Amino acid sequence: MSCTEVWWSEMEHIRMPKVENVRLVDRSSSRRTQVGTLYLTATHTIFVGKGSEDRSELWVLHSLVCDVLKHKASQNGYPLIIHCKNFQVIQFIIPQESDCHNVYISLTRLSRPEKYEELYCFSFNPNVDKAEREHSWDFLDLKAEYSRMGLPNKLWHVTAINREYRVCDTYPADLFVPKSVTLPVIIGSSKFRSRGRFPTLSYYCKENHATICRSSQPLSGFSARCLEDEQMLQAIMKSNPGSRFMYVVDTRPKLNAMANRAAGKGYENEDNYCNIKFQFIGIENIHVMRNSQQKLIEVSALRSPSMGEFLMGLENSDWLRHIKSIMEAGIFISKAVAEEGVSVLVHCSDGWDRTAQVCSVASVLLDPYYRTLKGLMVLIEKDWVSFGHKFSHRCGHLDGEAKEVSPVIDQFLECVWQLMEQFPCYFEYNEKFLISIHNHVYSCHYGNFICNSQKERKDLCIKEKTHSIWPHLWENKLDFMNPLFKPDQSQNQGLLRPRTAPYCFKYWRRLYNRFDRELHPRQSELDCLMTVKEETQQLEEALALYEQKLAVLDKERAKTLYMQKGVLESKQALWSSPLDTSLANTPQDYIGGFIGGAPNVFTLQQGERESAELCLFGDKPKSSDADNSDQESGVADFSSHSSGEESLPSEDSVKDPDSDETGPNRA
Amino acid sequence: MEFAELIKTPRVDGVVLHRPFMPTVEGTLCLTGHHLILSSRQDNTEELWLLHANIDSIEKRFVGSLGTIIVKCKDLRVIQLDIPGMEECLNIASSIEALSTLDSVSLMYPFFYRPLFEVIEDGWQLFVPEEAFKDLESMTDEWRLSEVNKDFSVCPSYPSLLTVPKDIDDESLCKAASFRHGGRFPVLSYYHKKNGMVMMRAAQPLTGTNGRRCKEDEKLINATLCAGKRGYIIDTRTIAVAQQAKARGGGFEQEANYAQWRRIHKAIERSNVLQEGLIKLVEACNDQSHSMDRWLSKLEASNWQSNVKEILTTACLAAQCIDREGASVLVHGTEGTDSTLQVTSLAQIILDPACRTIRGFEALIEREWLQAGHPFQQRCAQSAYSNGKPRSEAPVFLLFLDCVWQILRQFPCSFQFNENFLIMLFEHAYASQFGTFLGNSVAERLKLLLSQKTVSLWSWVNRPQELERFLNPLYEPNNLVIWPSVAPQSLLLWEGVFLRWNRSTKCLDEAYQEMVHIIEYNKELQNKVNSLRRQLAQLETEDGPLQTP
Repeated sequence: MSCTEVWWSEMEHIRMPKVENVRLVDRSSSRRTQVGTLYLTATHTIFVGKGSEDRSELWVLHSLVCDVLKHKASQNGYPLIIHCKNFQVIQFIIPQESDCHNVYISLTRLSRPEKYEELYCFSFNPNVDKAEREHSWDFLDLKAEYSRMGLPNKLWHVTAINREYRVCDTYPADLFVPKSVTLPVIIGSSKFRSRGRFPTLSYYCKENHATICRSSQPLSGFSARCLEDEQMLQAIMKSNPGSRFMYVVDTRPKLNAMANRAAGKGYENEDNYCNIKFQFIGIENIHVMRNSQQKLIEVSALRSPSMGEFLMGLENSDWLRHIKSIMEAGIFISKAVAEEGVSVLVHCSDGWDRTAQVCSVASVLLDPYYRTLKGLMVLIEKDWVSFGHKFSHRCGHLDGEAKEVSPVIDQFLECVWQLMEQFPCYFEYNEKFLISIHNHVYSCHYGNFICNSQKERKDLCIKEKTHSIWPHLWENKLDFMNPLFKPDQSQNQGLLRPRTAPYCFKYWRRLYNRFDRELHPRQSELDCLMTVKEETQQLEEALALYEQKLAVLDKERAKTLYMQKGVLESKQALWSSPLDTSLANTPQDYIGGFIGGAPNVFTLQQGERESAELCLFGDKPKSSDADNSDQESGVADFSSHSSGEESLPSEDSVKDPDSDETGPNRA
Repeated sequence: MEFAELIKTPRVDGVVLHRPFMPTVEGTLCLTGHHLILSSRQDNTEELWLLHANIDSIEKRFVGSLGTIIVKCKDLRVIQLDIPGMEECLNIASSIEALSTLDSVSLMYPFFYRPLFEVIEDGWQLFVPEEAFKDLESMTDEWRLSEVNKDFSVCPSYPSLLTVPKDIDDESLCKAASFRHGGRFPVLSYYHKKNGMVMMRAAQPLTGTNGRRCKEDEKLINATLCAGKRGYIIDTRTIAVAQQAKARGGGFEQEANYAQWRRIHKAIERSNVLQEGLIKLVEACNDQSHSMDRWLSKLEASNWQSNVKEILTTACLAAQCIDREGASVLVHGTEGTDSTLQVTSLAQIILDPACRTIRGFEALIEREWLQAGHPFQQRCAQSAYSNGKPRSEAPVFLLFLDCVWQILRQFPCSFQFNENFLIMLFEHAYASQFGTFLGNSVAERLKLLLSQKTVSLWSWVNRPQELERFLNPLYEPNNLVIWPSVAPQSLLLWEGVFLRWNRSTKCLDEAYQEMVHIIEYNKELQNKVNSLRRQLAQLETEDGPLQTP
């Protein structure tokens, strides 16, 4: 089926391509509602505001829609709530019930594609030629990554055994195993492991030869053993000549692992394996994590909660407790590798969720490379994409089993964020990078995170039919740079040793309240420093230019000189420019928590806004933020005043000094 | 000298000092009249100098003949001293206890402290009401400076000079004072230049159960309204609490008598409740052992963050009425010395860019806290480790600073000062070598002759050498009103105070240094480029007319 055919078939699902007079409700204030037209296309829901001056638009990818809900009719019509996987919540009010129902049915179907071909990445067609697209898939090279680690070497090599994905169809084609291991041992071990996921290398520490290996659980049941599997572990241990034992880390709670024994699975018996130290870590399973995040999302989406509601909600979600347990597992492994020089085998049940989290967190702690932009991309490509983290299932790309969905990669990204909070100078990237990755893991905009394994992606010709996200992020790397990054210190720091006291784990507002702009600092330290750094670079160039000119002038004083005064004068203003846009700022609904009752008491409400900001994302998420942030202006008025004598006339809001005074002016 | 009697053992050798995130130090412990000193007599090792006034409480423990004293400080630090010898340990402990709880203010360290720097600008003379009034006069002639409280008889907690509406005579002021708790009649707190609206503050009216009224009080506040305009009374208490206050002679403005005013009730906690909150919060922060769940529960149970939210919300509301609604505002709670001042001072930070400079913030603290009669001596007598039943201790000022920090976090480029400045103020409010925060009112400070006998904190802080570490490198003057978010998601725990001693700040300091470096390097380059450009231009003029491309 070609893309055009898919497109046409999707068009069939659209019962209602266009609805007029739809209200888009701003959740932070019911009075900032916008009226406009709602369009449904094969790939996006589009809302175009009617405002005469600025035609604000809202684009929502169908693949980002998590669920669509109809609410009880209100006085303006029929509310439709759309929850997105990137935590955006959109509320439309549609005048006619039948229209609302049609949009609901269409969107519900469009947001639950049944076939991969329906996903946006197959129709997304930026203006690049075939060669360029293919090139985009060569941006990251895992072979180069292994050789960066120092592999292959005399102890480790690539085995060709899984080239056709016959031994393990969820593993990548190329896998590193100890050289001393024979093919029968690998095959024997793979038969003794869930889904054939035999122990294989994830990270190699050049300095002391310790490794992080990963696998699935052994099929040990209550007493079964497998000689080849035991030999496999022995070989891994011996490939680290400096150590006399190795750790086997089961990331599950002990109870869960024991329960698996009854099903013929389980964990390693220390008596059967030579020189292993076995350790349970106790990270909960995907179902617990899904429920936990659901609760967290509910808390984050509360409208003007009290402090108690928020904190208790955060606690009851258990989310930060889970983040802490994943972090602690990563710390345990990274310490074993860096401080004890001992190799670690990590597994959970299938070895593609908790194992991926823990291996990658440990890698970030161990290796400064993964704290660079390119390094994090490589790490995700290696530990998650290539090792068969089931993105399609976990992210719910296709309509299917709801029980398979789980925010496993969200938790990894959050662990990295928590580390960035503790080590502000040791990461090349900033949190926008993590949020961007998060968005695209779910957006199905690019092919990287489609399917559940490398084999599936190959079968689906992902590289031939879609584009890769990584070059796109790399092109925008200026936005993702951490101005405080100190590469030398990060390099020389050695192992990161984060603190794990409960108060070190914080609520990630920038992710969970990403679209609630009023909740974030009105001035951004990050943006300010990035601008200063940019200006500094231009100054350095100017300085070099001037020094050169001065030298020339000294030599040939008689000659006339061209001066480019304008260049620098225009740069002088740079310093203040990002501040201006972020300053525009309106008061919140400060009386929200007020307990009424007295006759003299009334409520203060947020005034109408001149222009509601809308977020346009998809192709150009950046421009929308920048364009809209400085347009915000507003007035407060006392809504219950019937007389109107004291409410401010609308022209006052135009003259509002908060919106049109341009703040500091240095020029 | 009285202190000698209290010091039973002036020095002990072989004492070991334990501090979190620092190497242990072994040395000699000395007690002086005002300090606990531990010196290792080795070069390069830091000595400990701790003001007795900074000690909130101590605990003793014995293992054999080795005694241990755990010293808990008002700045929330906890240190441990291992003292060989049971008797020495007991002596030291009882001496510390006695010296840290001296009753007489005039025995406090500020009266003995002699500055090692030359006082160039006397902080005691820096922020006098006359000067503030001159500024006001340049904007409006509606107000006058009244001397009705010259001898502090009308209101003991007010300063001698007060700004009141021009048309209200002193006699009316006296009558209004008798109608307000503690004589705190409505006075000007802030004049909003942009639209001429004002913020006033007072204490609760003494309406009592039978609804007493006072024409002069009504006239006084009505005089601040423009014709046909309405004002807002922000009562920092809930309506229920305000109702209860009637039974004790207090109350709130009856709508019938104050027809031009709309009353809004908010719910800022009373000061004794705040103190319990601080104790619980610090307990939670110091408990390293507990799980994630217990941490969040305890944080929640302390109500600290809720208090921050409520105070900020009320201040924002006051600012919103003034700036957005174009209405004047009267703020009061019960006594008008705690929540009232939190609200009026925070509203000014939101509204007035001058308050976001170092000098402006100092002036704000003088005006709205010290001269306005916040009882610092009582409120800051004990901090989070107080064992006994709280008398009048309460972290009212600390909560104010926390709220300022929250706004600073949200507008990191709009303040001339940084977090360290706020932390420094917190420390000095609780224990200091300077006299600024001694006493509970202007009258008490005059009686103590503080300006003659002690050094002002401002004399020290405003020296360029000191000021440097309090400057915010990101500061760009911003003349706008700044509206903070008060959503729970936006309010953070002030780690710089509450987790200060429980974390290593190496990485955070590094980040701060890097930020300073980035900005300084930029400025340096800018200067270089500018001077080169001038140099080039000069060479050109010397070399004849500029040839334009």
